[in-house]
Amino acid sequence: MSAMTTEASSAPQQGASGQVVKTKSWKATIGLGAVALISLLFFGFGTPTGVQTTFTVATSTDFIAVPSITVPARAAAVTLSIVALLLTGYVAFRANQFRKVGVWLPIVYGMAIMGALLTWAGADRSGTTIQLTGLLTSALFLAVPLVFGSLAGTLCERSGIINIAIEGQLLAGAFLAALVGSMAGNAYVGLIVAPIAGGLVGLLLAIFATKYWVNQIVVGVVLNMLVIGLTSFFFSTMMTDDPSLNQSLSLPSIDIPLLASIPVLGPVLFQQNLLVYIMYVVVIVLQIMLFKSRWGLRVRAVGEHPKAADTVGIKVNRTRVRNTMLGGAVAGLGGAFFTVASGLAFGKEMTAGKGYIALAAMILGRWSPRGALAAALLFGFADALRVQLGIIGSSIPSEFLAMTPYLATILAVAGLVGLSRPPAAEGIPYKK
Amino acid sequence: MSDADASRDKDEPKPDAVDTKAPEPEGAGGATDPSDTEEQSRSQSVLRQILESSTLVVVMAVVAALLIAGILICFADEDVRTAAGYFFSQPADMFSAIGDALGGAYSAIFQGAVVNLQAESFAGFIKPFTQTLTMATPLIFAGLGLGIGFRAGLFNIGAQGQLLIGAALGAFIGFTFHLPFPIHLLLAVIGCALGGAIWGFIPGFLKARTGAHEVIVTIMLNYIALYLVAYLLTREAFQREGSSNPISPIVDESAQYPLLLGSQFNLHWGFILALGCAWFAWWLMERSTLGFELRAVGANPHAARTAGMNVSKAYILVMVIAGAFAGLAGSAQVLGTEKVLTTATAGSIGFDAITVALLGRSRPLGTVFAAILFGGLRAAGPTLQVQAGLPVDIVLVIQALIVLFIAAPPLVRSMFRLPAPAHEKEVAA
Repeated sequence: MSAMTTEASSAPQQGASGQVVKTKSWKATIGLGAVALISLLFFGFGTPTGVQTTFTVATSTDFIAVPSITVPARAAAVTLSIVALLLTGYVAFRANQFRKVGVWLPIVYGMAIMGALLTWAGADRSGTTIQLTGLLTSALFLAVPLVFGSLAGTLCERSGIINIAIEGQLLAGAFLAALVGSMAGNAYVGLIVAPIAGGLVGLLLAIFATKYWVNQIVVGVVLNMLVIGLTSFFFSTMMTDDPSLNQSLSLPSIDIPLLASIPVLGPVLFQQNLLVYIMYVVVIVLQIMLFKSRWGLRVRAVGEHPKAADTVGIKVNRTRVRNTMLGGAVAGLGGAFFTVASGLAFGKEMTAGKGYIALAAMILGRWSPRGALAAALLFGFADALRVQLGIIGSSIPSEFLAMTPYLATILAVAGLVGLSRPPAAEGIPYKK
Repeated sequence: MSDADASRDKDEPKPDAVDTKAPEPEGAGGATDPSDTEEQSRSQSVLRQILESSTLVVVMAVVAALLIAGILICFADEDVRTAAGYFFSQPADMFSAIGDALGGAYSAIFQGAVVNLQAESFAGFIKPFTQTLTMATPLIFAGLGLGIGFRAGLFNIGAQGQLLIGAALGAFIGFTFHLPFPIHLLLAVIGCALGGAIWGFIPGFLKARTGAHEVIVTIMLNYIALYLVAYLLTREAFQREGSSNPISPIVDESAQYPLLLGSQFNLHWGFILALGCAWFAWWLMERSTLGFELRAVGANPHAARTAGMNVSKAYILVMVIAGAFAGLAGSAQVLGTEKVLTTATAGSIGFDAITVALLGRSRPLGTVFAAILFGGLRAAGPTLQVQAGLPVDIVLVIQALIVLFIAAPPLVRSMFRLPAPAHEKEVAA
């Protein structure tokens, strides 16, 4: 406490000497604090005393068997809520110093709240346990299209093109992967063609945005509609006439030797199919390329200040078209998740709004691949949680759990979780 | 707004233009141009104006969309595909197959949306058109609201959610309270508008206070509304007695829109209310001080703020108005056509309304016509399915293509080799 006050008193001097007028933003503190308090009152003290929650972590394939963890429910839920409150205190402390907190904080905070929720939900349910490994595995799995989608959004928006058409790109990828994969009878072929479909949707978006200067949001919405219409049309005609064009293929799961036998994380991270491993690579490559390479610097310049970029000889519209296509291709690859990577045949509108959630993940992740990954995992986790709580029978209606990603996004854009600032030239056509 | 002025100019350009511009060009233009060539150039310029007009672009966009859809229809048609297999031995077969497929599809659209030529009675003859108007009703409401938003510079994707919340509140009033006819209907309609307005207020407020982008917030609110209604439909207050399905009781007859043309047709008074709202929207935007402020904010929020207008208030107001209109669209569903609340009440109306508003260039009259066009396409869906054996999804494709083309006039002009206007106007919204 004393440290906090001394820091606070030095802060205004800093502001004065730097001659930059800054305002303290308490929105994040208030938002996080409110949620943590609710968690403490509802999950913490809402849990009956003297009961226990059991978390199962081991799976049969584990190299080292880890026993199930049983914790006293109330104490655990209260502790986790207090951890969240302490983190809120840290945010307040940083805000008082005019400084922001890193990405780690929302993640740890989220884990604490989720832990409290799980402990509360699993309390006093004899016979049912919280399947931690299963929960995490399905969270990662459900996050795959969101990660690809939000990476696509990041790629486009960093170059100044708003990509609302992620939904369409995912769906196009899913469709073509199923179609061509079925024709070839090989799921990997589907994985190869999926980016082409997404890239084509991206190309259309780029043409309308850079050549005809059409409002990018309009184009995005309409392209989604077009792709839904086209894929549904071909699904109802071609694929229904000839079911061999729409088989359920699946990518085999590949275990990475050694890594896969790490307890808990091994099966979650390293017993997945090829698409998931591609996802790891794409996230890492894009994070490095966007922020550490010449190409990334140029892309960001185009997205922030196209005129300046043009002045130093960067081709603004060409960069935008390329990036939008690349983004579309990434989203298209993510679309393959719905069909070949999940082992399902194509179905009408099977992406079911995941593209819009990916958009939300991109904003929540503040337009960076790393953040997009974190936000997408959070949303995937919320989705997996909904399924898990449905199984153990929680008193929270599943509809409300399903709402959480959307609510989180609104809170994020409204500035409660921290300032989210889009690239400056986003959505503005560049006219010489 | 420059659009409206421009189109007004095009309708009756000459007398006005000559009168107002007389002082300036008289010395130069009047003296050098003989009257003969002036006459000629005038008729040329009329032709040119027709070719340049945005109305022609709209018509051509519809034509282009139908043509591309035609290609898809051919592609999906089995006869065409088989005929294409032996195209080089008997090309005529393929062309006749194409003709059959296209003829079937276009006539199905016509008969499903305009008039049924095979009908035996007059009622059956015009029934498709009344169906078109019924389908257009919610699109008019929602499109009007979105149009107002676009003109005020707000891109509201949230008509879907606003419609659903409005429908939920209106339907709740409709089946919970039992009141005499006009009062009950009035209350239910107000409930719909109120529900939509509340759901519209949220993004407006967040935009005004925190700068949160309305596109993101409204998209998210769409999903929240959907899950909220799904949740409500599992509650006793909203669930039909003796049913575990997520479906509400039927709305009392006293809260339903009366039928407009008797029991043979589904067309209800909601359509008349929609036309009334279109007039109101026109009055609001073109004749009222508030409308002027909203347009000013849409044109340039910084300038509007400098001129002393309250931009935050304008954002909130616009979203509330747009939400209320979307809620009324919900009333057309729950108090008019469907009479029950389900999670599918909104269908794709909210998204279709975006295209309607864009097609109508955010003007009330344009919105009404665009809604009737898309309402016709929706009404033709079942006929397409039955008569031509085509999935209804083709309607979605046509709709999307129309809007894409309209949004990019240069593309349509280059496709049909129309001359470009002297100064290219920015597309609305």
